[in-house]
Amino acid sequence: MIEYTIKRIFAAIPVLFGILLLTFLLLNVIPGDPARAVAGPRADEQTLARIRSEMELDKPLMTRFFSYSGKILKGDFGNSIVTGRPIMTSFKEKFPVTLKLAVMAALISAVLGVAMGIISAVNKGGFIDKLSTVMTVTGISVPIFLAAIVISYVFTVKIPIFASADTTDFSGLLPFILPAATLGMRSAAFLARIVRSGMIEVLNNDYIRTAKAKGLRKSRILFSHALTNALIPIITVIALDFSSYLNGSVIVETIFTLPGIGSFAMNAISQRDYPVIQATILCGAFIFIFINLLTDLIYAWLNPQIRDEMSGKVSK
Amino acid sequence: MTKFAEFLRNMTMAGKFAFLGIVIVILLGILAPAIAPHSPHDQDITRKFKKVDGYPLGCDELGRCVLSRLLYGARLSLTIALFARLLAILVGVAVGLTAGYFGGAIDWTLMRLADIFLAFPSLLLAIAISMVMDSSVQTVIFAIAASGWAEIAKITRASAMELKTKEYVTVAKTFGAGDFRIIMTHILPNAMPVITVVFTMGIASAVLTEASLSYLGMGVPPELPTWGGMVNAGKDYLIAYPAAVFYPGLAIAFLVIVFNLFGDELRDAMDPARRVNL
Repeated sequence: MIEYTIKRIFAAIPVLFGILLLTFLLLNVIPGDPARAVAGPRADEQTLARIRSEMELDKPLMTRFFSYSGKILKGDFGNSIVTGRPIMTSFKEKFPVTLKLAVMAALISAVLGVAMGIISAVNKGGFIDKLSTVMTVTGISVPIFLAAIVISYVFTVKIPIFASADTTDFSGLLPFILPAATLGMRSAAFLARIVRSGMIEVLNNDYIRTAKAKGLRKSRILFSHALTNALIPIITVIALDFSSYLNGSVIVETIFTLPGIGSFAMNAISQRDYPVIQATILCGAFIFIFINLLTDLIYAWLNPQIRDEMSGKVSK
Repeated sequence: MTKFAEFLRNMTMAGKFAFLGIVIVILLGILAPAIAPHSPHDQDITRKFKKVDGYPLGCDELGRCVLSRLLYGARLSLTIALFARLLAILVGVAVGLTAGYFGGAIDWTLMRLADIFLAFPSLLLAIAISMVMDSSVQTVIFAIAASGWAEIAKITRASAMELKTKEYVTVAKTFGAGDFRIIMTHILPNAMPVITVVFTMGIASAVLTEASLSYLGMGVPPELPTWGGMVNAGKDYLIAYPAAVFYPGLAIAFLVIVFNLFGDELRDAMDPARRVNL
C-alpha cells in the first residue's frame, strides 16, 4: 500500500508541472501587452512601467516561469492588482467558507442520492421509481444558475424561512443550507441514477438470493450486502463532484453572496484581476489532483484487486 | 441509415420524446428568421416588460420580443454546442487514437496532457480563455472545446488499445499495411459507436457551459440572443417580471433534458447489457 501511494504521488508530479506551466502561459500570452491588459486602457506610462517591473515582464519568459514556480512552491501566489493584498491571505480567509459549502453539499447529495437510488432500485418499475427518474433527469439538466436564482427567490422572498437577520455572519450553518442544497442537487440526481443501476445489478446476484433464502432481514441485505458492493461507483461520483464544486461555487456563491473562493474568483473576473484568476484556477486544479489521488487510494484500500491492477499500470 | 431507422423504432418512450424534442428545437432554430415575429434586436423601451399585441411572450428589459430572442437563441446555443463538441471530438479522437495505438512514450505524454486539462475547473478555464481572447462566437466554441477534448481522448484511447489487439489488425499488419492505414480503416470505424455516444452525451454539458458563460457575461457579445444571456439580463428584474428568467431558463432545461435522454438511449442501444438496469 505504501509503495502504491508513493507511485501515485510521483505520477502526479508531471501533471502538476503541466498545470503550473499552462496557468502561467494563460496570463503571459495575452495578445498585446500583458501590462496593458492588467492595468486597463486608461493607465498612464508610469503605472504601466510599475506593473511591468512587478510582473517582471522585462525578463525572458523562462526566467519568469521559474521565479513564478518558485514562489508558488513557497506558497506565494502574488498580490491582487486591485487591492494589493497577498492572494494567499485572501485564500486563507475564503477557503474555509467554500470548504464548508462543499462538505455540506457532498453530505446532502450523498444522503439524498443514496436514499433515492435505493428506494428506486427496490421499487424498480413502480410509481416511486418513475417519479424519481423524472426528478433525477430534471436535476441533472437544470442549469445551476437557474436553480440558484429560483431557490434564492422562493426561500428568501416568497417563504423567507432561511433569510437570516445578520447577512455578514458566516460562522453558523444557516447561510449555507440553501447554497449547499443547490450545489448538491445535481450530484444527488446523478448519484441516485448510479446507485439505482448499481443496486439493481448487485441485487440480481446469487449471494443476494442466498442471503434472502437464509431469511435475513431485507434491511440487512440492502445495507450490508448490496450497498457495500455498490460502494466504489458511489465514491467515484462523490469524489468527482466534490472537485467540481469549485466550478459550481463560482455561480452559487455569487448568487447567495457567500464570501468563498468562488465569489472571489468571480469578483476577480469582473475586475480583470489576472493574478487572482490565475491563482484560483491553479488552486482548483491542485484540489482536483489531490482529490483524485485520495480517491484512488480509497479504492485501493477498499479493493486489493484494484490496487494490484493499478500498481501494475503505474509501474509500466 | 437503415440501422438508424431501426434504432429510432426500438427506442423507449423517453427516447422518442427526446428525439422529437431535439428535432423540434433544431427546426425552430433553423427556421428562426422565417417564424420569429420580430427582429431579436428591435428594441423599444416603451414596451419594457409589457404584453403588447403581436408579442406572444412579452418583451424584455429593453422592449425586445422575448419569443424572437428565444428562437434566435436556439440557433446560437445549438450552433455553439455542436461546433464545440465537433472541435473537441476532432482533437480528442486524434489524440486518443494516436495514444492508444502507439502506446509507450507517446501514450504517456499525450495522456499526461489530457490529465492536465481534466484537472482544470472547466468553467474557470473557459472563463479565462474567453477573457484572454476577443469576445466572439468562435472564442466561446474554443473555450468549451478546450475543457471537453481530454475526456474524449481518454475514452477513444481505451477503445483503440482494445481494438489494436484484434486479429484483423494483426492480419492487416502482416499484409504490410501502414500505421495510418490501420488506424483509419480498422481502428477508427470500429471505435465510431463509442465516439458517437460520447459526442451526443457531451452536447448537454456543452449547452450548459455555454449558458453558464453567457449568464456570467463571459460568453458571446451581449447583444446576441442566447438563453443564458437572457437569464442574466432578466435576473435583476426577477420580482417585477419573473417571465424574463422563466422562459429562457425553461428552454435551457428542456434542451439539456432532451439531449441527456437521447444520449442515454444511444448508449443503451450500443450496449444492450446496460438496458436491463437503466
